[in-house]
Amino acid sequence: MTEISDIVPVLVGLLKPFNPENLSLTEATDILAELNIDSVGVLDFIMEVEDHFDIEIPMNVVSNIRTVGELAAYVQSQLNKA
Amino acid sequence: MVDLLDKHRGIADRFQRMLDMGINGLGVTNDKMISPTRAVVGNREILLAGTNNYMGITFDPRCIAAGQKALAEFGTGTTGSRIANGSFAMHKELEKELASFLDLQHCIVFTTGYQANLGMLSGLAGPKDTIYLDADSHSSIYDGCTLSGAKLVRFRHNDAEDLAKRMSRDDTEGGRLVVLEGIYSMLGDRAPLKDFVDLKKKFEFQLLVDDAHSFGVLGPHGRGLGDEAGLEKDVDFVIGTFSKSVGAIGGFGAGNHPLFETLRYAMRPYMFTASSSPASIATSIAALRVLKAEPERRAKLWANSERLYKGLKGLGFDMGCDVVSPVIAVKMPDELSTIAKWNALFQGGVYVNMAVPPGTPNRLCLLRCSVSAAHTSEDIDRIIGIFKDAVLN
Repeated sequence: MTEISDIVPVLVGLLKPFNPENLSLTEATDILAELNIDSVGVLDFIMEVEDHFDIEIPMNVVSNIRTVGELAAYVQSQLNKA
Repeated sequence: MVDLLDKHRGIADRFQRMLDMGINGLGVTNDKMISPTRAVVGNREILLAGTNNYMGITFDPRCIAAGQKALAEFGTGTTGSRIANGSFAMHKELEKELASFLDLQHCIVFTTGYQANLGMLSGLAGPKDTIYLDADSHSSIYDGCTLSGAKLVRFRHNDAEDLAKRMSRDDTEGGRLVVLEGIYSMLGDRAPLKDFVDLKKKFEFQLLVDDAHSFGVLGPHGRGLGDEAGLEKDVDFVIGTFSKSVGAIGGFGAGNHPLFETLRYAMRPYMFTASSSPASIATSIAALRVLKAEPERRAKLWANSERLYKGLKGLGFDMGCDVVSPVIAVKMPDELSTIAKWNALFQGGVYVNMAVPPGTPNRLCLLRCSVSAAHTSEDIDRIIGIFKDAVLN
């Protein structure tokens, strides 16, 4: 069972290239609104997440995810499904 | 009250910054069109190198005469969809000629190329299916995929191995559609079709190629990517547009599937919009005949493309990709320098496309050219010279 607290630091690390201002990121961070990242950038970031965890995150799911915590919860659900 | 347009203030600020640096590079007004490669903007003649007018066919007297005749005989518009109002004979004639040109059995024409992608993608795939799309896909592909309701999986640009990895992760029970582009509109590279076709041995899927920028351009017959690669039989569906090589407006989907014609009754962007105007259909038919009869246009387009690509590369520019095509992009370091250099090019007398994120892959900033068969060698040399003076200095 992978815990969300294990996933969040990984996501924060993967967000680094998309966080040039080095903002402090938490579970509550709204990825699109708080980071200077456009819609294509979000999809590129999601690809990195998919490959890191070897899971699938369809684009349809991405549009319903706003925060780092919500993404971590989705990653957890996929990891625990496997 | 929440002001609905408040969310666009960032765009407004970004746009204003561009205006503060010069003219509106995203909304140049051509006051007069002189030829496929010349326009008058204000009181200046501008050399056009960003119009996607690949075959330079927009002023062909045969196309103009066909359009004028159609206007006189069929009127200015169709005033409704083909489902509600019926078709004009010309719609069917164009579909037949296009199917013959493509060596395919079926073809459906749409009012715009954008709608062709919306219609075909949403008609082919449904909520139980999965669409795999290249990360650098055009916005119309993204929008068509979204409209379909299918599960959408994005794979790394031109990377068949990456697609295979993502297909292995997916346990869908529905159909699978892989979407590629012949020539990618921003950087000018093309899909390595054989790599993707080879995946059909391992995974079951249907393959669609959007030849918007490659119809008329690639292959010995100008039919697009499949024609160039000798793999047309492995491509299940083709999409294209009339707004580039054909010099009109409209789009098409084509294929050999025995149920292809039923898509007409399953594609909302086909059913619920007015069909193409008579003039546009007539000029498209005439243009197709010209493209077929005059392959030398394609040869000239490629000679011009080679000349421009080599000229810009020779000046030391960081090119958008390492292969030559009629889409030739130069990478710029950031948005501000792109705007500044675009203005300098325009002041120098040449129009190219200013391309900035999110409309570009990998957040690139580009000065994008598109070459025409109607450019002369002197035009190409002039474009290279203006790039040298305006962008390097």
